[in-house]
Amino acid sequence: MKSVTISDLCVSFGALQVLHDIQLEVAAGECFGLVGESGSGKSTILRCAAQLNQKWTGTVEIGGKSVRDMSVAERCRAMQMVFQDPYGSLHPRHSIRTTLEEGLRINGIGNRDARLAQAMRDVGLPVEFLDRYPHQLSGGQRQRVAIARALILEPDVLLLDEPTSALDVSVQAEVLNLLVRLQKEKGFTYLMVSHDLAVVDHMCDRFAIMQHGRVVEVLPREAITQGGATQPYAKELIAASLEYEHAV
Amino acid sequence: MSMTDRLSSAPAPRRLPHGLIVARNILLFLMRAPTSLFGLIVLGLLITLAVFAPLIATHDPYVQNLQNTLQPPSAAHLFGTDELGRDIFSRLVAGSRITLSIIFLVTIVVGPLGLFFGTVAGYYGGKVDTVLMRITDIFLSFPSLILSLAFVAALGPSLNNAIIAISLTAWPPIARLARAETMTFRQADYIAAAKLQGASSARIIWRSIVPMCLPSVLIRLTLNMATVILTAAGLGFLGLGAQPPLPEWGAMIATGRRYMIDSWWLVTFPGLAILCVSLAFNLLGDGLRDALDPKQMNRG
Repeated sequence: MKSVTISDLCVSFGALQVLHDIQLEVAAGECFGLVGESGSGKSTILRCAAQLNQKWTGTVEIGGKSVRDMSVAERCRAMQMVFQDPYGSLHPRHSIRTTLEEGLRINGIGNRDARLAQAMRDVGLPVEFLDRYPHQLSGGQRQRVAIARALILEPDVLLLDEPTSALDVSVQAEVLNLLVRLQKEKGFTYLMVSHDLAVVDHMCDRFAIMQHGRVVEVLPREAITQGGATQPYAKELIAASLEYEHAV
Repeated sequence: MSMTDRLSSAPAPRRLPHGLIVARNILLFLMRAPTSLFGLIVLGLLITLAVFAPLIATHDPYVQNLQNTLQPPSAAHLFGTDELGRDIFSRLVAGSRITLSIIFLVTIVVGPLGLFFGTVAGYYGGKVDTVLMRITDIFLSFPSLILSLAFVAALGPSLNNAIIAISLTAWPPIARLARAETMTFRQADYIAAAKLQGASSARIIWRSIVPMCLPSVLIRLTLNMATVILTAAGLGFLGLGAQPPLPEWGAMIATGRRYMIDSWWLVTFPGLAILCVSLAFNLLGDGLRDALDPKQMNRG
């Protein structure tokens, strides 16, 4: 288990500054949520931490070590990411076996067959599915494969970029429960982006509310139902979300 | 597959290796449409002719018989004889080897070259892209036959030089295509996932991007083959490709041209051969476009 510390994270795309001095502390083994409207910079934080976007300033530390100082191999084992769209995150011409095996091959990890089978069991998919192709799986099954791919390298931190927003409501619950169970079993630290406060309420210990590239407030889970937000935007967002829940 | 058998609890049914299944699916799909079936048959015929050329040919394609020049088609000479008394049918059959070797050599040069330039330019973008694409633009700014002519003129007229010249002019469209394809999924999540798994750029290009570009490049290559055959024939016709007495189809038309009015068979049969083969490649390319869809390819 490793903690994640983000400090002074700034990102600009051209003249537009999309993240302003982000400070976040995620404890080891914690599930931390990032919520906010579209374009508030939630996903950008994850992409910076994962070094998919390299043009940023500040520091991101995992387990006390800056992600910039890590070697590629070290970074792979420190954190992995699960993407929003399971239709776009699996290579359409690679079988599930190839998709999962790739990380093991690159990092020279042996005993691959056993690890593949274990990863499939971990995410609740039959081992026979290894020889299928993404288009032969449903959305929920694909997302399970994407999760299996992330955890096959046994990372400490999982970055979840709206892992359920592209899925049907009934499948959402399945995938969320899977993520909760995996965290209990393997002690991952989760940093999860979500639109949906209900998801955050289900999963996260604490969450940060973001607006226009700034963290407005960091709140514990209980703040959603019991109130506890002090900032006007945070109150507004939580109220709007609760109202929506009641309406549904 | 043995790995499946070991891992699964239930005994899995015996399956063909994946490559064979894909090949079988593509073939079955191509055979269902009459146009691509025609392409397959002509191509099959061309390969058979080329492989068994000495057995199929009724005469030696190089032996002259000046007592027997410009004979019309008959039982002794199926497609007649040319101005030196050589059997045109036998020369056509022998020429299929030349055509096939041109196609083969051009393909193995042009495909990898275009794919390499295109994927590298598309994946890296920026300066790499600019430099590689400007080089491509220079090649693209000449009509391919004219550029081939220039290359052959510089290298000297021969069949091998014609092949080199055609290869040098045929790769830029492939590179353009591969670049455009690469750019559409450079930002895809599965590329990002590969990066997160520690894949190097070379590995991402080879393992993730090339398989995505390959179908359209294959289709384009197949459609290009028609142009390649025509360019080769054109160079042969202009006397810059295969040199006499090689029975190259374009060269045969060139020499037959002088006798065209009285002896139509001299140019008609090589012309028909060129037409059939380039048409076959076009139709096959069209069929491949549908056949190479992953959903269709990986069934069962």
